[in-house]
Amino acid sequence: MDLFEYQARDLFEKHGVPVLPGIVAEDPQAAREAAETIGTPVVVVKAQVKVGGRGKAGGVKIAKSPEEAEQKASEILGMDIKGHTVHRVMIAGGADIASEYYFSLLLDRANRNYLAMCSVEGGMEIEQLAVERPEALARVAVDPNTGIDEATAKTIVETAGFDAETGAKVVPVLQKLWDVYREEDATLVEVNPLVQTGSGEIVALDGKVTLDDNASFRHEDHEGLVDTKAEDPLEAKAKALDLNYVKLDGEVGIIGNGAGLVMSTLDVVAYAGEKHSVKPANFLDIGGGASAEVMANGLDVILGDEQVSAVFVNVFGGITACDAVANGIVGALEKLGDAATKPLVVRLDGNNVEEGRKILADAAHPLVTLADTMDGGAAKVAELAAAGK
Amino acid sequence: MSIFLDENSKVIVQGMTGSEGMKHSQRMLDSGTNVVGGVNPRKAGQSVSFEGGHEVPVFGSVAEAMEATGANVSVVFVPPKFAKSAAIEAIDAEMPLLVVITEGIPVKDSAEFFNYAKGKGTTRIIGPNCPGLISPGKSNAGITPANITGPGKLGLVSKSGTLTYQMMYELADLGFTTCIGIGGDPVIGTTHIDALEAFENDPDTVGVVMIGEIGGDAEERAAAYIKDNMSKPVVGYVAGFTAPEGKTMGHAGAIVSGSAGTAQAKKEALEAAGVKVGKTPTEAADLMREIVGGAA
Repeated sequence: MDLFEYQARDLFEKHGVPVLPGIVAEDPQAAREAAETIGTPVVVVKAQVKVGGRGKAGGVKIAKSPEEAEQKASEILGMDIKGHTVHRVMIAGGADIASEYYFSLLLDRANRNYLAMCSVEGGMEIEQLAVERPEALARVAVDPNTGIDEATAKTIVETAGFDAETGAKVVPVLQKLWDVYREEDATLVEVNPLVQTGSGEIVALDGKVTLDDNASFRHEDHEGLVDTKAEDPLEAKAKALDLNYVKLDGEVGIIGNGAGLVMSTLDVVAYAGEKHSVKPANFLDIGGGASAEVMANGLDVILGDEQVSAVFVNVFGGITACDAVANGIVGALEKLGDAATKPLVVRLDGNNVEEGRKILADAAHPLVTLADTMDGGAAKVAELAAAGK
Repeated sequence: MSIFLDENSKVIVQGMTGSEGMKHSQRMLDSGTNVVGGVNPRKAGQSVSFEGGHEVPVFGSVAEAMEATGANVSVVFVPPKFAKSAAIEAIDAEMPLLVVITEGIPVKDSAEFFNYAKGKGTTRIIGPNCPGLISPGKSNAGITPANITGPGKLGLVSKSGTLTYQMMYELADLGFTTCIGIGGDPVIGTTHIDALEAFENDPDTVGVVMIGEIGGDAEERAAAYIKDNMSKPVVGYVAGFTAPEGKTMGHAGAIVSGSAGTAQAKKEALEAAGVKVGKTPTEAADLMREIVGGAA
């Protein structure tokens, strides 16, 4: 889960990383009150969106009074920044910036450890810096079991080329950012810019944090960080039903077992759909067990997508038996009754496939077509989806 | 021959007495795997009766189980919360092969136990979030169905469980030396490259099917490895061409971030390395059949 800047700021503060005062506001009135609370002569009104480049898009504005903060907030709230609607602004204290730096710590999948990146040239897009001046970006591997201890932090600041005095002030900040990374189960902690103020303090001015969803069982407080406003209603419904669902823009609903097979099914359907101008409508992995209930829930979510005109059920019975899947489909169609109106193409293979196909053949549901192969099923469902569009 | 797992493998199961552990221990036994023990400190000294007349002893620790049985493979079924300590226990006992089936382990925990194992240098880890591996007709460590295909001359390495099964099914006519599901998490112990290297060195494997999916750059690195090091034919398949940017597609590691980790980039890298890539699993299987047709 990617966090908003204000959420990252709050986590930084919790772990002792120096930050400026910041208060999130969802309407101009609240922005004004936030500016009054912060009380500095200048505040910054910052759009809270999970996308870069908001400054250039006009999503960050300076205000010299609470009234001005209210006015700027009313301009920024509701803006569209690269497809993201601004629902919140953060009112932040003004800072007297002397120098800007860059720091990030992230999971390095290739090396299966962590990578710290740091530069004394902050403030710009880091991807741009990495391409244009790679020598200005220090890259230091971090051992997951020792983390950013003092020695590692010193290596990072020295490699990045900080002067000794500034480096000595940055070292403890990096150690605290490691605490954020480790204790919150993050996979990314980025500070851009990390600044030195005119009075010589090091402050994390803007932060980006990604948290590991697999670790949510040990972070009850992380649930409150979920942005329910941005959730697709069908995705929210699927999540509530404990289904692994991703909404896409297409006509062919997809249900399968196993993440890889479902991704593959999407591709095969997209490929078959080219000549019919139809595309996959979603990703839905029902996992190992395919009870009637799980199947019914899956179908219910998919049929709730008005754009869907046909559904492809693609199951390879590994541990799951195909007869159980077939019973699941028949049971789901019974349970849904008149709510099931779209044609279903079903491809079953693997464990107990003969029994599974027989159950579907015997049920002879008018909406169900059996397919012998994955490619054949994809071709059939693309045709049906195009006809039903 | 086969890789990593053969008829001499002696398997213990960490988490054998849980419901998943029980179910899959039975399946492993049914497919002829030599399951020599389970680990559960609270049930040490007891034994578990499985169908088929198998009586499997339960030990208090991995070290005790190894001492008593000579086990050289451990399969982990414990829940995510306890997976790291289970892995560390096996690594401390110097278990040669550790297969972590558990899905949903925090990546920090995996990174910690992987690097711990790397430091000790005595344990190969497969997974987590994987189906394990099977050397058909010899041994099956994990949850792969044993009845899809029999022994043969192909190797298979895949990030995905069900795509592994699908490909085993597609190429059941040729059969396999070993099929490995390396797992769909961002941090995994054994990579495509490790498996490719082992297959290259296995005299009985004549060709390798490699299945990848979106996320990370493991396939691109495997492509470079194949180009420089593989003499045996490799056929590829990559899943996730239609995956949108920034969305996790079922597997924790299956995510396109910005322009990185796309299926298209992986396919192009593999093709540039001379690997034929199928548009669908069936097409990939056909390509493999064409290439090794005579040899298998």
